[in-house]
Amino acid sequence: MTQQDTFFILAPVAEGRAEELESLLLGMTLKPGLADPENALVPFGRFDQLHVARFFLVEANTWRDIEAYGQEPQPYPMQLAFLGDVDGDRQTFLKELMVHCADGLMEVFSHCEGVDQGTDLLRWMEDHNVRESANYINTRGRTVRQVHEEAALAAALHDELANVVNARGSADPFEIHERLVDYVRRERASGVLHLTPPARTTLRERLANWIDLISLPLILLMISPLLLLALPFFVIRLRMHERSDPEILPRPADARIADLGRYEDHDVTNPFSAFGDVKPGPFRRMIATAALYLVNYSARHIFGRGYLTRVQTIHFARWVFLDGKRRVMFCSNYDGAVESYMDDFVNKVAWGLNLVFSNGVGYPSTRFLIKGGAEQEDKFKRYLRNRQLPTQVWYKAYPGLTARDMARNSEIRKGLERRPDGAKALRNWLSKI
Amino acid sequence: MSKTPNIPSDPVEFDDMQGLIRFGHGALVEAEFILCTVKDPAAAGEWLRTAPVTSAKTLDSPPDTALQVAFTAAGLSAFGLSDNATSGFAQPFLSGMAGEDSRSRRLGDTGQNAPEKWAWDGANAHLLVMLYARNGGLEDWRKEVLSPKFNAAFDLVQSFPTRPNEGIEPFGFRDGISEPKVDWKNTHPPSKHGREDYSNLISPGEVILGHRNEYNARSASPLLDASVRGRDVLAQAPDAPDLRDLGRNGSYLVFRQLAQDVPGFWRYMDAASEGDPTRRDALAAKMVGRERDGTSLIHGRHDIDGSPRSNDFTYEDDVNGVSCPLGAHIRRANPRTGDHPHQLEGRIGWLLSTLGFRRRRDKLPGRHDLVASTRFHRLVRRGRVYGPKLTPGDAVKNDAKTDDCGLLFICLCADLVRQFEFVQNAWIASPKFNGLTGEADPLLGGRTPVSGVASDGFSIQKADGIDERHTPLPQFVTVKGGGYFFLPGLRALQFIARHGR
Repeated sequence: MTQQDTFFILAPVAEGRAEELESLLLGMTLKPGLADPENALVPFGRFDQLHVARFFLVEANTWRDIEAYGQEPQPYPMQLAFLGDVDGDRQTFLKELMVHCADGLMEVFSHCEGVDQGTDLLRWMEDHNVRESANYINTRGRTVRQVHEEAALAAALHDELANVVNARGSADPFEIHERLVDYVRRERASGVLHLTPPARTTLRERLANWIDLISLPLILLMISPLLLLALPFFVIRLRMHERSDPEILPRPADARIADLGRYEDHDVTNPFSAFGDVKPGPFRRMIATAALYLVNYSARHIFGRGYLTRVQTIHFARWVFLDGKRRVMFCSNYDGAVESYMDDFVNKVAWGLNLVFSNGVGYPSTRFLIKGGAEQEDKFKRYLRNRQLPTQVWYKAYPGLTARDMARNSEIRKGLERRPDGAKALRNWLSKI
Repeated sequence: MSKTPNIPSDPVEFDDMQGLIRFGHGALVEAEFILCTVKDPAAAGEWLRTAPVTSAKTLDSPPDTALQVAFTAAGLSAFGLSDNATSGFAQPFLSGMAGEDSRSRRLGDTGQNAPEKWAWDGANAHLLVMLYARNGGLEDWRKEVLSPKFNAAFDLVQSFPTRPNEGIEPFGFRDGISEPKVDWKNTHPPSKHGREDYSNLISPGEVILGHRNEYNARSASPLLDASVRGRDVLAQAPDAPDLRDLGRNGSYLVFRQLAQDVPGFWRYMDAASEGDPTRRDALAAKMVGRERDGTSLIHGRHDIDGSPRSNDFTYEDDVNGVSCPLGAHIRRANPRTGDHPHQLEGRIGWLLSTLGFRRRRDKLPGRHDLVASTRFHRLVRRGRVYGPKLTPGDAVKNDAKTDDCGLLFICLCADLVRQFEFVQNAWIASPKFNGLTGEADPLLGGRTPVSGVASDGFSIQKADGIDERHTPLPQFVTVKGGGYFFLPGLRALQFIARHGR
């Protein structure tokens, strides 16, 4: 399995340079927010290990909300975020990025504090890279190359299937399968189609994965007596917090919603970028840390095969603690319009969102950490939209493809390489083409 | 699965609600819709004060005539409402159906459907007057309502005459079969996990503002504080005694003129089936999801709450679309999904499904749980047809006139984004609905690429696994205009009337 990595470079924008930076970012796009893959500054399309990437300006919309806890609100400086998901490791990608577009990157990052012509940009980026607390990948190990190859395969099979059926009828699925296999063999031999075999998982990777898998249950098991003892105190404390935590849910300004809309729905997939404050105090910080650890663990070992609980529309998602765990960034890439996305949240995984986001300042009130909260549709949508930020530049390596499309293309390939058992399964496979 | 706190189920006040919300006025076969602007606010207020607007009260027999009135955001301002009275309305209503490019993108109002090509835009009007009468009675009713007093107050922008249609839409199909049943008595509180299976019942707050909705919360409604003059005629806001509820018992009304190319539709079917009338009808039925007489293509019956026996079906027995194509019109407009996919067995089943582990037992992996739960996305439809009638047999003839005919689509909902726009976006216009790709609604689709993906195909799933593809489909329905309106409760009408004077 190909290992995958993330990068997230975050740096404060230099005083008075924000407007200039915004128009620079605008120049990288074809439509509001939608990156030109061949743009002069960072030509994303040239990096065949890059799945998704984005530049956006981090404005803290809700920094004053902390006042409700009697704390003096502190404004955050405006920051520039550059993040993405890659096959292979981050260092290799950043190095390659420097090889191909050092000038463009310099032009962008020179708007950040402390960057000038003399800066060693690679080192600077590494220094400003922030590790995530939790990361979700729709299908772990599926490379950009694989996505493209399988999409080409599916399109070719779609046409060839029509030819086969025209010539031979559809009575014998086994014969159709055989002919399609022959066809692909020919196309591969002549170099039209490519199907790179997946990278082998090394013994070392397997071992590391296995240790990672059992470590959490093992530790939990070992400390379970302590956890059991602490549980009543934890629940009482939690309920006290939940009863007293204020909800801060003003209606998002109409102009803001309209502005966010400008960036949406230029592709079947959309980016979501948001920042929010963590409720003050060690108790909430502890829950947030544990919840994100759990999300990360389950994303690595339980989900990551097309489903994040019941949600199948998320390509990549990431949660990052910032500013000494005072803030959390949440970024995702999801299929469909934002209303469909929020619909999934509210109706399918309200409990999961509560677990993580209820530690955010102003969140709709929860009960026992998983009930309530996002189940309150209107309140939850306000919470989310108030924290959402426009994504000025967003790139996706496979426009027009949803997570479902990619899964289907993989299923088509799988059925080609290994014939499904029996006529019924074979018919199912054909119906995907 | 703990209990969600209940909001009190207030009685629905039919005498404060416009009749159209509860009744389709089916017996009043004649109708005309009139868009106008306010010429003289004082005169407009005076007319509205005494206008014989029909309420939803139960009468001994249906009335002979009905009048309903709805307002655009600009209309409320034209009647003299201040911004602090209107700012609580939903953003899409304030902005208008064509108010933002992103909204047009979402609704599929691009290409031939783009607002630049519309004949009219509701946002330019103020008031929508809806007249209904029994056969032969409309002429007199029109004269009575559009009195000299009315003409002194308003300028007419556009009139939409309609045609009595006995429930048959212009393409020739029986229409209006699937309507949600509103639980006016509030007897079925929607507990969060109580609707695993599809039900045809919806809470009143899905249609009217200020009442309990499917999330067991009050549907959002504009509430007025003491700074708004004349607010005393309005009902008190239920949870905030110092506020008054302008939206209570009112509803958002979506109005779209959908021109239907009847000859184009039947000629396509005719050509695609080589002139065989039986196959022609069968192909059209596959696109609609029903035979022309309304018979569903799905025959297995389920007992569905609040649904008439003849309409008791879901698509659970047809997950691969062999009986009714996955992209058929009625399957998109009302996918009949519950909160959880497939039947659940007990708490363990529920837990596994919630965690996303039930997928492996699917009959058809990959088409699992892709469509949102239907109950949050229902619309109460109140449309009428316009233009001359043309049978399929006549429509395929070469000399068939492509007369201007179609549907004046009207629907009511309490949340424009979650209901109308979601259905239009995620289900009707989306080329990726239910795991499909490259096709939008075969009837309503605009055929231009949606989010960069082709939408002009249609596939009919077959038992042998080989889809029958129809690409490119011509456009059969074109949006000619539209607008978002507010259909106020009767007290709110008096509040608006007072502002004019």
